Amino acid sequence: MADIKKIATRDAYGSALAALGEKYENFVVLDADLASATKTGTFKKKFPSRHFDCGIQEGNMMLVAAGIAATGLLVPFASTFAIFAAGRAYEQIRNGIGYPHLNVKIAATHAGISVGEDGATHQCSEDIGTMRTIPGMTIISPSDAVETAAAVEAALNYVGPVYIRLGRLAVPVINDADSYKFELGKGVVFADGSDAAIFATGMMVDSALQARELLKAEGIDAAVINIHTIKPLDEELVVKYAVKTGAIVTAEEHQIIGGLGAAICETLSENHPCPVKRVGMKDKFGKSGKPAALLEEYGLTPADIAANVRAAIAMKHK
Amino acid sequence: MDQAKIKELKKISLDIKLGAVEAVYSASSGHPGGSLSISDILAYLYFVEMNVDPKNPQWVDRDRFVLSKGHCTPGLYAVLALKGYFPREDIKTFRQIDSYLQGHPEMKHTPGVDMTTGSLGLGISAACGMAKAAKYCGKDFRVYAMLGDGELGEGQCWEAALFAAHFELDNLCAFVDYNGLQIDGTTEEVMNTACIADKFRAFNWNVIEIDGHDFCAIEAAVKLAKQTKGKPTMIVAKTTKGKGVSYMENSADWHGKAPNADEYAQAVKELEAAKAELDN
Repeated sequence: MADIKKIATRDAYGSALAALGEKYENFVVLDADLASATKTGTFKKKFPSRHFDCGIQEGNMMLVAAGIAATGLLVPFASTFAIFAAGRAYEQIRNGIGYPHLNVKIAATHAGISVGEDGATHQCSEDIGTMRTIPGMTIISPSDAVETAAAVEAALNYVGPVYIRLGRLAVPVINDADSYKFELGKGVVFADGSDAAIFATGMMVDSALQARELLKAEGIDAAVINIHTIKPLDEELVVKYAVKTGAIVTAEEHQIIGGLGAAICETLSENHPCPVKRVGMKDKFGKSGKPAALLEEYGLTPADIAANVRAAIAMKHK
Repeated sequence: MDQAKIKELKKISLDIKLGAVEAVYSASSGHPGGSLSISDILAYLYFVEMNVDPKNPQWVDRDRFVLSKGHCTPGLYAVLALKGYFPREDIKTFRQIDSYLQGHPEMKHTPGVDMTTGSLGLGISAACGMAKAAKYCGKDFRVYAMLGDGELGEGQCWEAALFAAHFELDNLCAFVDYNGLQIDGTTEEVMNTACIADKFRAFNWNVIEIDGHDFCAIEAAVKLAKQTKGKPTMIVAKTTKGKGVSYMENSADWHGKAPNADEYAQAVKELEAAKAELDN
């Protein structure tokens, strides 16, 4: 098997900013002393005067971004770790960016347990939940480097607040750079299937594709759908596959409370109730360790997704 | 500033106070004390200093004002109405359902409101962002912000203080409404923010201490701020909470309380009397 190309979505974010910097002169990038980790440093190297390091003060940074957007002169990308954006600066984002619906892009790296060795304090697995509760907030969680690049440009061209969820870990590139088109708010059917549908987001899309292969060997035909825009959710597609397969599995590197799985359950319970199994963090904090070991310990592997597909299918036959 | 100008500004300030008190009375809700303490500064900024156009509130090159102590909307709405951003009679709709005059400032629906604020500590950061954007884009508009002394308990104010000095935001001029009172009592008792001027000096701001009810002092400080290069300016303005309404003056109780009918009549009587006295 050929080597699979792996790139962290945070790296793709930095590269995307640097590439877009030439095409668009209307944006600036803010960071909070993490430019080397969020990869905005890649942009800073190329456009030093367009990069404002705010130091270690995420709350202030969010409102500085809001103030910049409020002038109508520039679009700011405010970057930090997910825990410090959606966690520490939740209220600043809610009141200062969400309520006035300002044109601020929040790029949150180091989301999820695959942060690894830094441990629970830095492994944000609640951010989709907190950001999803803010009226009018758009949430994008790209699956790979190709999608990240497209999502960053789409976010820039959309007028309004956007939260972009990015990861630290290098993950397989699963989209084709030449043909990929990003459509905000639209799920992507990676593989069709009739027995069950796996809705995955972020790096879990690749895991879902691997799970599909495991299930195929058993004669189970599972669809894999990439939900890169968690809000607004592609409800039409969710209901369509619930009708088609009657068994749904969600997969996310996030708490099952408040995240993609919760969003899909909310939609299905109102529109087409059907069995749903959720793969994600089960009301637990993470801990230090290698990303692969953590994913295994917390039940976020392709094998775990496959087991949940079997369980969802069993529920539909009850 | 000549005597005629001072008299004119005093009148405007009294009209702001009348508008603020009417807003709070109409809503049976709101914050009169801190609205009255900043009326003189609002009068000066909007009627002398700021380069704004009420007919074009979104004019990109306008000066900005951020009410970081966002609960003092009665004062802000009163000055905006007097300036012509919206009809004076709409003040009566303050805090009512369907009104565009929200309890705290909301920039998207209220003409003249430059930033959504109300959660303390957020406004000064937004003012920093505006000033930074102006510098980056080579715009020469100035950004004014109004902080409360109680608000300085919010850590974010000090993050913003670091930021503004670090980026040499000399196009930012902030005020502290130093009235010495917050909801639970005196700032000294609740959370002592004393030596405000020294604190901002230590943060590398240009600091000016004035009597916030003295128009000549306000003017001199704002002019000095404009001449100062490389540093943001903090004008620490000593004020009287509830200024102009006898029973509200220096009372923490009137931070966020509406007057009853008798109290409202008394406030109007006192403010109208002060206006009449100016013409004698």
